[in-house]
Amino acid sequence: MSAAQWRGAMNAGAGRLARAGGAPARAAGVAVEGRGQARAWISGMVRPHHLVVLAFLFVYPFYASPFLTYQIGAQALALGLIALSLTLLGGYGGMVSLAQMTVAGIAGYMLAILGTSGEAGISLGWPWWLAALLGIGIATLAATLIGWLSARTEGIYTIMITIAIGVAFYYLCLQNYSVFNGFQGFQRVYAPTVLGIDFRDPVPFYFVALACALAGYFFVVYLLRTPFGIALQGVRDNARRMGALGFNVTAHRVAAYAVAGVIAAVGGILLTWYNGLIAPNSVGISALVNILIIAILGGMGHPVGPFLGAIVFVLLQTFAIDLIDRERFNLLIGLVFLGIVLFSPDGLLGLWARLREKLATLRPRAAFNRRRSQR
Amino acid sequence: MSRFWRAFWIAAVAGPIALFAGWALWDNARLFVTTLLNGITLAALYFIVASGFTLVFGLMRNVNLAHGSLYMLGGYVGYLVAGRTGYFVLALAAGFLVAALVGLAMQLAVFRHMPGEDLRQTMVTIGLSIVLADLMLWQLGALAHQVEPPYVLSGPLRELPLVKAYSKYRLSLLAMGILIGVLLWLFLTRTRVGMMIRAGVDDRAMLDATGVNVNLVFAATFAVGAGLAGLGGVIGAVELSIVPGEDLRLLLASLVVVIVGGMGSIPGAALGALILGVAETFGLAYAPTYSVVFTFVILVLVLAFRPRGILGRPA
Repeated sequence: MSAAQWRGAMNAGAGRLARAGGAPARAAGVAVEGRGQARAWISGMVRPHHLVVLAFLFVYPFYASPFLTYQIGAQALALGLIALSLTLLGGYGGMVSLAQMTVAGIAGYMLAILGTSGEAGISLGWPWWLAALLGIGIATLAATLIGWLSARTEGIYTIMITIAIGVAFYYLCLQNYSVFNGFQGFQRVYAPTVLGIDFRDPVPFYFVALACALAGYFFVVYLLRTPFGIALQGVRDNARRMGALGFNVTAHRVAAYAVAGVIAAVGGILLTWYNGLIAPNSVGISALVNILIIAILGGMGHPVGPFLGAIVFVLLQTFAIDLIDRERFNLLIGLVFLGIVLFSPDGLLGLWARLREKLATLRPRAAFNRRRSQR
Repeated sequence: MSRFWRAFWIAAVAGPIALFAGWALWDNARLFVTTLLNGITLAALYFIVASGFTLVFGLMRNVNLAHGSLYMLGGYVGYLVAGRTGYFVLALAAGFLVAALVGLAMQLAVFRHMPGEDLRQTMVTIGLSIVLADLMLWQLGALAHQVEPPYVLSGPLRELPLVKAYSKYRLSLLAMGILIGVLLWLFLTRTRVGMMIRAGVDDRAMLDATGVNVNLVFAATFAVGAGLAGLGGVIGAVELSIVPGEDLRLLLASLVVVIVGGMGSIPGAALGALILGVAETFGLAYAPTYSVVFTFVILVLVLAFRPRGILGRPA
């Protein structure tokens, strides 16, 4: 690289970091100015529409039918949580990993193998909380290992290697009967009954999923403002430069995989309880790709993207039968995905941002006011 | 790497393999040799499919995740043509041509308009593979289809030493693999387009600057790469039969082959295919429920010690 090119690359990287947001820059400022200001900053962050969404999420199950609560609400939250881990990795770490569903599947399998399921011969029957915790732990370990393997590579190489790992795990589950019970997998892996509340019921399960999803969402929002999160975004924008600055690039990447692994594992446990089963098809290639579709559909620019994507995905999946033949769901979702990738690389969030920009140019006065209120 | 460490690693890899081979030969020589033959012939099929994948990747940095779908498309086309006409050679030609045309269309309609956006191109190929797989399932159903081998190649070859009898078609797979490898080598080293492709692999911008129409070279490469997948589909449809899900299997095989062998390298694809084919069949014969673990272990070892693949060069 010539000196001029170097300078160009450096400036591009720096520019992107600065543009990536007011948010990291503001967060850095807060760290310097102290805690009192941090509280003011948090209260400044909360806008009316946040409260409206939150209120809607809490009230929703009491007005929606059990079907809408469980099949749409809870499923979208669980899938969104897994996709959130991909958004963290792909959108903020620059590593598009297709093995996030594999991590979730490992957690689900561990839940079934260590806990209780229909396969009494294999399942060890440990208490549900121990099985769930161990499942999350083992899945996180696996995610770290996957990260260690793929952190040596960049861009498209990461996709190839994570696909290979994911599909290899699928075939392992399919072929192995002594531990993974082959094609059948594990049926009747149900959410437990705690304190007299049966968490298989739609409303309690919805709230468990909501709690996990909100925790995951706020954790990611918080994480992205920590020094680690900012360094991770730096690695995404210019790994070479971060290395030159003394950051351990590989360590940051592996750590991101581990953190994303925890999120995906929690999502995997939820999804396993939701379905009541875990089988090779839960970690097959279409399941892996579905998570990618959800993340891309929503947009990788903000942690709320995967949840938006999950809602749209689940709605399409559920109501495809009314649009076209139920058998042709894959065709529909494939075309929707192609459309998004071809015409709006930033997903629904990107569409929304573009729409807002267009409206803003139509009404300059409103845009001016908004910009002023943001300051 | 110092000479000592190289010797150490070679011993660490070759030692257990030699030990296993010795034990297996002593235990059941016929099973061992048959499995070896199965592995090598499977490797030939993997090579044919993966060489197209690696050709496209080497030049365009395009990870074509629809490669498995092109394989399956070739297989179905071969099945239909062989069923109508009865000529295997026609089926081969049709499989190659149709897959090449679809690949050409993909390059001209989509990838040409997003140059340099590797990740987005890959996403598009994922979308295309979903759509193609579902269209094929829709039109041709979920049943397994098999192409009849030509008369001269059907049935076993008898009176071989040790293995006694072995499928003629499987042996011919090996010949086809070698033939395609040689043709590909001639195409890349002896023809003008081949030279352009190699130059493009080394330095795309420079090739463009010398006045070559890069888009034309890209289109030709994509067509050949996709055609090889289609050709592999027809060849594979005889031995493995063609059924929804095969696209994924061959995609995984192609991915592992090029990751192990080195991305963008044709000799690397041959080496990777040999390793994967042999490992897979030995796994199936000697440890059926864990055979995929062998594939995975190979992948991990190669990535850990040679992240660019055995014959890969730094990009």
